[in-house]
Amino acid sequence: LAETVKEAASRGVLKTAGALLVAPVAIVARLLDAPLAALQRLGGTGGMAAFFLLPNMAVFGIFVLFPLIVNIAYSMTGGTALFLADRSFVGAAQYERLFDCSNYLDSQTCAEDLFWTAVWNTAGFVVVQVVLMVAVALVTALVLNREIRARSFWRAVFFFPVLLSPVVVGLIWRWILQRQGLANLGLYELGLTPINWLVERGWAFTFAVGVSIWAHVGFYALILLAGLQAIPKDLYEAAEMDGTKPARMFWRITLPLLAPNLLVVVVLVLIRAVQIFDEVYVLTGGGPGTATLYLTQYIYEIGFASQLRNPGLASAASILMGLVLIVFTLLQLGIARRNEARNKR
Amino acid sequence: MSRAGEFILRRRGGKGWHWTDLFTWFWLVAGFILMFGPAIWLVNSSFKTPAALAEFPPSILPYVTAEASVEGYENPLPLYEVVLEDGTTAILAEVRRIGVVAQMVDPASPAEIVRVNIQDRTPVRTVSFDTENYVQPFLQFDFVRYLGNSVFVTVMATIITLLSNSMAAFALSKYQFRGRGFVMFLIIATLMVPLSVIMVPLYSVITAMGLYNSLWGVILPTVATPTGVFMLRQYMLTIPDELIDAARMDKASEWQIYWRIILPLTAPALAVLAIFSVVWRWNDFLWPLIVLSRRELYTLQIALNTYAGETNVQWHFLLAMTVVTMIPVVLVFIFLQRFITTGIAGAGIK
Repeated sequence: LAETVKEAASRGVLKTAGALLVAPVAIVARLLDAPLAALQRLGGTGGMAAFFLLPNMAVFGIFVLFPLIVNIAYSMTGGTALFLADRSFVGAAQYERLFDCSNYLDSQTCAEDLFWTAVWNTAGFVVVQVVLMVAVALVTALVLNREIRARSFWRAVFFFPVLLSPVVVGLIWRWILQRQGLANLGLYELGLTPINWLVERGWAFTFAVGVSIWAHVGFYALILLAGLQAIPKDLYEAAEMDGTKPARMFWRITLPLLAPNLLVVVVLVLIRAVQIFDEVYVLTGGGPGTATLYLTQYIYEIGFASQLRNPGLASAASILMGLVLIVFTLLQLGIARRNEARNKR
Repeated sequence: MSRAGEFILRRRGGKGWHWTDLFTWFWLVAGFILMFGPAIWLVNSSFKTPAALAEFPPSILPYVTAEASVEGYENPLPLYEVVLEDGTTAILAEVRRIGVVAQMVDPASPAEIVRVNIQDRTPVRTVSFDTENYVQPFLQFDFVRYLGNSVFVTVMATIITLLSNSMAAFALSKYQFRGRGFVMFLIIATLMVPLSVIMVPLYSVITAMGLYNSLWGVILPTVATPTGVFMLRQYMLTIPDELIDAARMDKASEWQIYWRIILPLTAPALAVLAIFSVVWRWNDFLWPLIVLSRRELYTLQIALNTYAGETNVQWHFLLAMTVVTMIPVVLVFIFLQRFITTGIAGAGIK
């Protein structure tokens, strides 16, 4: 019964929202009938195709492609002026500044020490977070794929934080980890001394990783679960008849057949981990000190927030990050294409 | 074993217990506590008074000190459980406190004043959900304005996203024209360009267009979602072309074909995209953070971040505002979650 009520309610919500949206759209659409019919007489059917593409392409062009191209020019200019035309050309000086280091492993020896702090912090975050995220997502997907009661309910449990905004996620955890919070209540009950979780470097990093996993693991578990459910059941039945042990089934059937999905998930997690910003920024603000300062926050602060605003430098750093992301994205597209080819066979 | 225990521990195969069964149980129960626990703690805390929030160790449920109005005293007096000299306990109300000694009265006989050492008493507390935290931000802060800004951005961006994406998807699925492959390539390419890579020049573009410190500056750059175009195009490809040809025979214009035939038939995919768009735009953070610097334009997310960044964080208000910010997404989670999960499992969009 509860399912039926929920079903009816969800349909009701959609219908009401739909009706509210449709009515004004229909009125406007009807008003446009005559002028657009005239446009069609002028430009023909092909012209209408262009017309339909126009809004989206305009937005793409103005807000994505154009800034992307401008960014390359922007990174070769200096000063604090906002518009490209007012900025002075400095060639590769911004890149030289970013790479001006006597020892790349020690950010203190770099001209732009914050950049290298952010680079190495991000690298550490990416390595730890990707491994843990994929591991937790995989275990969750395996658990959800077992013959459990109310699977859709449990799937929803792990999916819940995915919908929360990064600000809400950050604040929920800040509230738990604050000095008088729930985490310290646990320590207190165990008779241990409270810890200032977000003020200690190690703990701040641990929770930056942990909270980002908490917030997104349901999403990746869902993709992996879909992959697991696509594995034909008769493979397991045949293996069982041959007396194969469950562990062996996992290594010989599940893992190889899940490999394409797993690879997609690894790359997706990787791409998002490189850009980590929102929830960690709200949780720790990059602190304590610069312990959880990551690349996107560095770009944001140098570009917009910091007293030492230097848009050219931020732009150069963002292009370097973009290059890393392009490599990963091409990897992802390559994998997707290979998977598709494999599925067709 | 009790029947309840039997029910809980029963497993399907009936072949006895394997360690993986135990592990599955452990994982699900731990997952339940970890995933819902923090949010429930937030909601629970948001009903505590500022005094209760500052307490350590924190109480699990929101408590307030009980008070009673006593004859002869203007204001209600706080109640305490007191251990009297003869070893019995009584509930007394505090009149005033001097050092370690409190002057207390029995609410039943207010004439007689009892002196009690404060170590011999504990406050009487009752569970009470304090809604003051929710009422005050609406009156004191521009909370309604932030809420309105968030709703405006979410609704406008979703409507424009649905319109522009469905128009583009229509063109890309139902027309043959030169350069279609190139347009598709451009759209794929933009998938590779996250905001963090173009935010510096995008900021100058927005400023040049006069959209800095404008809600439209938040809305417009987000509306051309490549995932939306893809999803809708995929769906429109399944609509038979014969329908369109028949409509053309009946002298329908291309625009009429789009909004009278294609749009209604694409409704299921539009609904999924709408749900995604609402969640995306409601939750947006980095871009509004850059574009909006005037307080009266803040969206909820930006306002929360600003209040959380103050030196003296007013947690009691902040917690309540966070709960309100969570509500639309929780509603989506309860009622529309399956649309999202099938969307992700099917197309891997987020």
